[in-house]
Amino acid sequence: MIHNHKMIEARPAPSNTIGPLAWLRANLFSGPINSLFSLLGLYLLYLLLVPTIQWGLINADWVGTSRDDCSREGACWVFINARFTQFIYGLYPRSELWRVDLTFATFAGLIGWLMIPRLPFKRWVALVTLVGFPVFAYFLLYGGHFGLPVVQTHRWGGLMLTLVLAVVGMVGALPIGILLALGRRSQMPIVKSFCVVFIEFWRGVPLITVLFMASVMLPLFMPTGVSVDRLIRAFIGITLFQSAYMAEVVRGGLQAIPRGQEEAAAALGMGYWKRMGLIVLPQALKMMIPGIVNTFISLFKDTTLVMIIGLFDLLGIVQAALSDSRWLGFALEGYIFAAFMFWIFCFSMSRYSQYLERKLHTGHKR
Amino acid sequence: MMYKNNKLVLLTSATVLAVGASAMASATTLEDTVNRGAVQCGVSDGLPGFSSPDDAGEWQGLDVDVCRAVAAAVFGDAEAVRYVPLNAVERFTALQSGEVDVLSRNTTWTTTRDTTLGINFTGTNFYDGQGFLVSSDLGISSAMELDGAAVCVQSGTTTELNLADYFRANDMEFDPIVFDTSEQTVGGFEAGRCDVLTSDTSQLAALRIQLNDPDGAMVLPEIISKEPLGPAVRQGDDQWFNIVKWSLFAMLNAEEFGVTSDNVDEMLGSEDPDIARLLGEDGNYGEGMGLDADWAYHIISQVGNYAESFERNVGMDSPLQIERGINALWTDGGIQYAPPIR
Repeated sequence: MIHNHKMIEARPAPSNTIGPLAWLRANLFSGPINSLFSLLGLYLLYLLLVPTIQWGLINADWVGTSRDDCSREGACWVFINARFTQFIYGLYPRSELWRVDLTFATFAGLIGWLMIPRLPFKRWVALVTLVGFPVFAYFLLYGGHFGLPVVQTHRWGGLMLTLVLAVVGMVGALPIGILLALGRRSQMPIVKSFCVVFIEFWRGVPLITVLFMASVMLPLFMPTGVSVDRLIRAFIGITLFQSAYMAEVVRGGLQAIPRGQEEAAAALGMGYWKRMGLIVLPQALKMMIPGIVNTFISLFKDTTLVMIIGLFDLLGIVQAALSDSRWLGFALEGYIFAAFMFWIFCFSMSRYSQYLERKLHTGHKR
Repeated sequence: MMYKNNKLVLLTSATVLAVGASAMASATTLEDTVNRGAVQCGVSDGLPGFSSPDDAGEWQGLDVDVCRAVAAAVFGDAEAVRYVPLNAVERFTALQSGEVDVLSRNTTWTTTRDTTLGINFTGTNFYDGQGFLVSSDLGISSAMELDGAAVCVQSGTTTELNLADYFRANDMEFDPIVFDTSEQTVGGFEAGRCDVLTSDTSQLAALRIQLNDPDGAMVLPEIISKEPLGPAVRQGDDQWFNIVKWSLFAMLNAEEFGVTSDNVDEMLGSEDPDIARLLGEDGNYGEGMGLDADWAYHIISQVGNYAESFERNVGMDSPLQIERGINALWTDGGIQYAPPIR
């Protein structure tokens, strides 16, 4: 006799423990009080979302060329549409926009190369990014050589200027910050006190004061007729300011490395720069990633302050556009657009830093 | 050690760029301008009708037209301007330090500014004054009926002070409601937090457009302060002072004689001696300023006369719809009056 053994098909879990209904029960309606708050929350969400969607999407006007194409019942995205090129490139001459595109495409390519782990020649690409690229970007954006017409910095603006300021600030602040942090931990009294004074001074004044000093006071100290380009004033102000913050982030990371690491390196006969460069900093920098990215994100947003010295960054150019008498009264649309652009960049930075942390995680995670 | 090198490099590069960016200071403003190939003009960083970038990224406005007129007089090219957007705080520093050569930024001509800041005002391109905007529903026709009103005002000392002065002088009570930006002021007015909104009349027009129902609000006839707005230059270079001053006068004279950007080429052969002198057909009136005889021709053909500039930027051809009022020529009942070219 042959018995045909047949397995009973696996049955699905009881319907009250899986699926959206169960999720709702477990998370939103697990008791009378929770149910009450859930319903209240949903109602508030409804009150908030319905007018927002009606204003921003359903009643909004999307196509057209002037304010007459807007009914004013909902958002007027026509305004953003008409000004989009200006919001991205500022007042950069329309015929030269390819130079900005090329610069940022190159930058994105280099950064992409560095970010993707599989690609080779990392060291050389990093060197090109840090040394070659700024020179390349200067010649391309400013011009004046190789037959490219000069584009004065007062025509730079929009997202392009925000990115230029942020990248220059980041690339400048990190190395200066590392050196300041090392200097602050140094045994040499002059180096140490210089670094302490520098850090405490720049951390003690608000960035807005620094920019005001650079734009209102600095020109008065200069000989007549000599003026520093305002963009360079902003570069110097932002870089020095951020390097002080960066120094303290780096110092925090350095302090987290046990002293034994440096002593062991010294026992192997390594000099100061080798100990720092090969043993201490690589471990410390890994732990500093959240702090460094935090500083970068705040720097990115701080660049909007250059608006007060008459530079049209992304927010500044939106505000300038709001004062065009042909487009009066669309402030909300303009600010929402600016906020959205900032969010995209800051959120991407934050996601990348999380990825980097996971990738470099080698046992220090707590 | 490395840090010091870094800083040295930073400082050196800044200095090199600084020196490279600016010409030598010994020459006159006109020579510097010609060498540079552009007029450095300080404008507002965004003021409806006076200076703002348009959709194509070109600066437009009544104040901007002064810059363009000077460029047309000097180079015969109204586009040869380097615009420097300035906020209210840094505008005088920028002019004093030579960052700009003309300040055409909605600046009120006052004794203090004219005599203590080392600058000279070259004329008045807009006679402004503080006024009141009320909702039409109130049924008010004069500011004298505003006793006890709640007044929305944008923070800014002179506006607030003028308001207090006016109500005290007329023995009336008021309740000031102060806002930071023009959007907030409009918002407060629209939400009914105040009965009346006060600001310079040039600004009232722009604020009114931003209302949901612009026709439901009206500007009262009373003007409670004098705000002559005009371009300014540094003291100590009379030739440059004359160029900026007469660039504006040329636009006013052109309006008086009926010369516009459209008919200026026909007018070149005009028998009228005033027009012949204006356009450089009879005598060379640019010589005294170091300019060519056809300096005014370039201004009129490229920028237009004062009426064209006014209507295009703030008047009836613009969304602002500001009446000429006292900004009309003296021949039309206003107070805009330019000395003759002869």
